[in-house]
Amino acid sequence: MILLQVVVSGLLMGSVYALFSSGLTLVWGMMNVINFAHGDFVMLAMYVAFFAFTLAGLGPVAFVPLAAALLFVLGVAVYMLLIRHVMRGPMLAQILGTFGLALLLRYAAFWAFSANFVTLPDTLVGGTLVLGGLRLEAARLVGGLTALLLTIGMHLMLTRTSLGSRLLAVAEDRQAAMLMGIRPDRMQALAWGLAAASTGIAGALIALFFYVSPTVGENLALIAFVVVCLGGFGSVPGALLAGLAVGVIEALSAFWAGAVYKDVMVYALFLLVLWFRPQGLLGKA
Amino acid sequence: MKRTVAGLVILLLVLLLPLAVQNEFYQRIGALVLLAAISASAWNLIGGYAGQVSVGHAVYFGMGAYSALLVYTRLGWPPIAGAPLGVAVSLLLAALIGTPTFRLRGHYFSMATIAAAELIRILVSNWELLGAAVGLMGPAMPRSVADLSFTTPLPYYYLFAGVLAVLLGLTWWMQRSRMGYWLRAINGGDRAARSLGVPVLRYKLYALLLSAGFTALAGTLYAVMIGFADPESVLGILVSVKMLIMAALGGAGTLFGPLLGAAILVPLEEATNAIFGGSGTGITYVIYGAIILLIARFQPEGLLALPARLRAWRGRRRARAADAARPLPSATAAPDAENA
Repeated sequence: MILLQVVVSGLLMGSVYALFSSGLTLVWGMMNVINFAHGDFVMLAMYVAFFAFTLAGLGPVAFVPLAAALLFVLGVAVYMLLIRHVMRGPMLAQILGTFGLALLLRYAAFWAFSANFVTLPDTLVGGTLVLGGLRLEAARLVGGLTALLLTIGMHLMLTRTSLGSRLLAVAEDRQAAMLMGIRPDRMQALAWGLAAASTGIAGALIALFFYVSPTVGENLALIAFVVVCLGGFGSVPGALLAGLAVGVIEALSAFWAGAVYKDVMVYALFLLVLWFRPQGLLGKA
Repeated sequence: MKRTVAGLVILLLVLLLPLAVQNEFYQRIGALVLLAAISASAWNLIGGYAGQVSVGHAVYFGMGAYSALLVYTRLGWPPIAGAPLGVAVSLLLAALIGTPTFRLRGHYFSMATIAAAELIRILVSNWELLGAAVGLMGPAMPRSVADLSFTTPLPYYYLFAGVLAVLLGLTWWMQRSRMGYWLRAINGGDRAARSLGVPVLRYKLYALLLSAGFTALAGTLYAVMIGFADPESVLGILVSVKMLIMAALGGAGTLFGPLLGAAILVPLEEATNAIFGGSGTGITYVIYGAIILLIARFQPEGLLALPARLRAWRGRRRARAADAARPLPSATAAPDAENA
């Protein structure tokens, strides 16, 4: 029973991982640029949620969309001002660009908000649901299920709508997409906006049940890389499955080996996958 | 010829500078610049010349630092005697991390190096032999000259200058050898290099081993001078990032780029720490982040490439002016020059 409890809480955390990783996989699959600041975007969204509550008294129904909107704007701005210019350049410039952004955001937060951990009150989405012997915190349940639905929504948007087709067309072949009257630059800006908005929602949801600190993004970025590599880059369903898997693996290794080793297991898994199956578990060879 | 003269001038400057500056505070910063330049130049071998952007070089630095303090705490040897151990462990780890990941292209290598470095940092933070989260201390008082524990910064300065000279000499020699050309071919693209007959995997590994060895040595020297190592200060991701930033700021893949980068960033860090005190850490890295952001966006070849770029720009402007002065300018010439 305890094991089932651990697995379920791993799945709930994993679906939040899946949500922000699906944003990273979209950008990475589309333009082969990797965002080292992705985790710090999540961190910013967590602070948006925290300050929206403490300063303006907004609840989750208001601050989740707010974080999504603000991060969307940030994502588009980062694309327009930075990524568009470095993506055709040497790889060192791409890596340096997003790494610089990561350092800037992380330590600006460190300086502005101090290194102290802060949390939203647990009563914000309070209560515990008892379901056939399983005890589920309402905050985690709400966060996990919302993230799950939105990740599926992202997949449907990409595969079932004309906007999604246009995004994927640019990913497939930039030139051919231009011939079809699609503007790649706009689609790529939109992809960055969507990716950042996914971190916005995920961050605001995590803030419901997790501490907020300036350095929380470092670990989350690595988790997103693991999820994207496991799922195969560019694949949202892959990111969903891999996100859930990483959540469960983390929960189980924390349960069996102790909390300090949960990241060790995830990183070790990541290295094993990179060594033996770099195209990802679900990716095409 | 011009370059050799420039090299000699820099060498003389490095040797004589501390004698001109009698202030110990500045001499200490000079020593720290040279130490940072050693690890940044070592990173440059794999990250600059071969173009394989490692973000996990803290692993090798940390192994060097921990080895030095480990042989002191366990065996009572002088810390510098840990250098061979640190280099050996680093070479082993480099082979372990490099062999599988060099098959991967693009960003995968960078991500694998971060993950490996974080993995090792967490393991060391929980390993009692290495002092876990608290870290290890060096000798509190020098027992003999072999401890290399000096009260003034000058001996450190010349020690580091010597090691840096060896490393840069080796890099200079490599630059002109077949290996240098092959590494630059690899930097241009794996597939193209392979089609030219370059043994890509083997030479990437050679570059990484050389790089890891010298980074470990830099770690040992750090432990000898500072006398203390904990997981954050020698294995943290910022240790890796600093090497990368210094090399990129000066010019990745150039001989003196990392030294220039270190000569700018180390004093900058000391200055922000001195001005802002305890809260300075945040500001320092905000500035670091902004600098690499700007470098990536506007000058990815680094500062050393700036004069050449200015010359080219001036040349183009002169050509355009000459074009405009012609009585009947050809219709296509001017817009082309705009985009060149």
